[in-house]
Amino acid sequence: MPFAFTSEERSEIDELIGRYPDRQSALLPVLHLVQRREGWLERDALRAVAEVLELPLLHVEDVATFYTMYNLHPVGRHHIQICKNLSCSLLGSAELLQWLKDKYSLTPGQTDSDGRFTLTTVECLGACGDAPVVQINDEYHANCTPERLEQILAKLE
Amino acid sequence: MSEKIVFKYIDIPAADKLSVYREHDGYGNLKQLLTTMQPSQVTEIVKDSGLRGRGGAGFPAGVKWGFLPPQSDKPVYLVCNADEGEPGTFKDREIIEKSPHQLLEGMIIACYAIGATRAYIYIRGEFVKGAHILETAIREAREAGILGKDVLGTGVEVDINVHRGAGAYVCGEETALLESIEGKRGQPRLKPPFPAVVGLYDCPTIINNVETLTSLPDILANGAEWYRQLGTEKSAGSKLFSISGHVRRPGVYELKLGTPLMELIDVHAGGIREGHTLKACIPGGSSVPILTATECETARLDYESLEEQGTMLGSGAVIVMDDSASIPHTTSILADFYAHESCGQCTPCREGTRWMAQILHRILAGGGKPEDLDLLLDICDNISLKTVCPLGDAAVGPVQSAVTKFRSEFEALIASSGASRSVAATKSGSEV
Repeated sequence: MPFAFTSEERSEIDELIGRYPDRQSALLPVLHLVQRREGWLERDALRAVAEVLELPLLHVEDVATFYTMYNLHPVGRHHIQICKNLSCSLLGSAELLQWLKDKYSLTPGQTDSDGRFTLTTVECLGACGDAPVVQINDEYHANCTPERLEQILAKLE
Repeated sequence: MSEKIVFKYIDIPAADKLSVYREHDGYGNLKQLLTTMQPSQVTEIVKDSGLRGRGGAGFPAGVKWGFLPPQSDKPVYLVCNADEGEPGTFKDREIIEKSPHQLLEGMIIACYAIGATRAYIYIRGEFVKGAHILETAIREAREAGILGKDVLGTGVEVDINVHRGAGAYVCGEETALLESIEGKRGQPRLKPPFPAVVGLYDCPTIINNVETLTSLPDILANGAEWYRQLGTEKSAGSKLFSISGHVRRPGVYELKLGTPLMELIDVHAGGIREGHTLKACIPGGSSVPILTATECETARLDYESLEEQGTMLGSGAVIVMDDSASIPHTTSILADFYAHESCGQCTPCREGTRWMAQILHRILAGGGKPEDLDLLLDICDNISLKTVCPLGDAAVGPVQSAVTKFRSEFEALIASSGASRSVAATKSGSEV
């Protein structure tokens, strides 16, 4: 089935467009909307975005590939993002990565075989007082240790 | 001593709700301000207060507003920079999540002063929760007639929208940020023209940081003189400091500008972890030059003293490292970051940041050569001031300062790996 927006999404997109003097400005928010539903930005979805915002597909691809939060490949049901910047590194983010490798055989950039988890390393999440910080889907988890991460991951299907 | 201006609502439960904010005098002076003061008077007070941009550059806020063209047939925009991307910085997130109406009130004041009716808050994409809180606060304010075509019945029009980024450090640079709102790749524009003249949608635009805007309601309520009395002569007022790394109580503390760095580390943040001593500290976010423990002893947290010490106050993000930290390792982490975040537009930054990261990794992996340190400094020199935006210089700050101030640590690492190489070579009977 080709990608198509639902009528609810159409009205959300209209509301987003209304926030700006031109349609192109709604591009980032509309890409977020697609990713919220699909988990990633497939090419067919980018075509639908280009159509609804009346933009060349090339421009939509140009933007989608620039920003690191847009997933250009499918991700697991839970996207584990470990900050590897300075404060998190000082307080143990490397141990978390090692633990994920030992326990779940996950290495950065990888999705496990049943599509449950995708692991990526990310740059500073702006929460350094809570280091080490792990973002899982949209949520931040503070002061992570392997034990704490194990409790969090156990609850995720 | 700690001060509570930007953080005056921080400990009040549910201060993100309009009703709670109003119970504590939030929006209390706004109507009077909008009806009795001229926009130019507001700008004058902000100028006189000495408030400097809290995002990192420290440019006087009122002076920045003054760069708008006096006459323009185009609309003026206000953009709040909530990108908070500088590693070590996590202060604006506190304001956004705990006191969003204080920011909105500051934005209404700024819009009135500069003659803007539309404003955007550019918030980094990862702050999903913060964006949601802001959207809720904006909806509450619209429903209460605080935002919209007739703010509190005064005839002033202000509307605010939230725009989420999508993961790009460079979008904290103000012209990249504008590109990003316009639905483009976040690549910085050449300046001049400055955004105050040609900004968002080619219209005059003022971009201010979250903390700067949140400081406004109290400055307007209490006056420029009151604000100037806090802080130092050139660094008026109080500032939020994000402190992280090897301290007992990391967090965000609001202190008068001019507070000794060691007071922040030892008193407010509870000191260095048990059994360790201070080794180094980055005082203003990842891009500013590092300070040695000895330099930290005399450092004061204000714009001019840190500049005299060859570093910067930046965003007020203090990253503390104790004696367990390896400076070549911490430097490589930051070099990786800048190589990852370079937008690719300018060759010195695109290539140079990657080279620096590669050389540092070579040193860490035991393949360092004695000439690598001068090579690193040479690359720094070839990036510095040769790029469209400050990202190149931001990448230079940590590398140049670490290689200069902790050179012996790098040299020891290179020498030990050189020694083990020659041992290996001798064992295999060959020359190095």
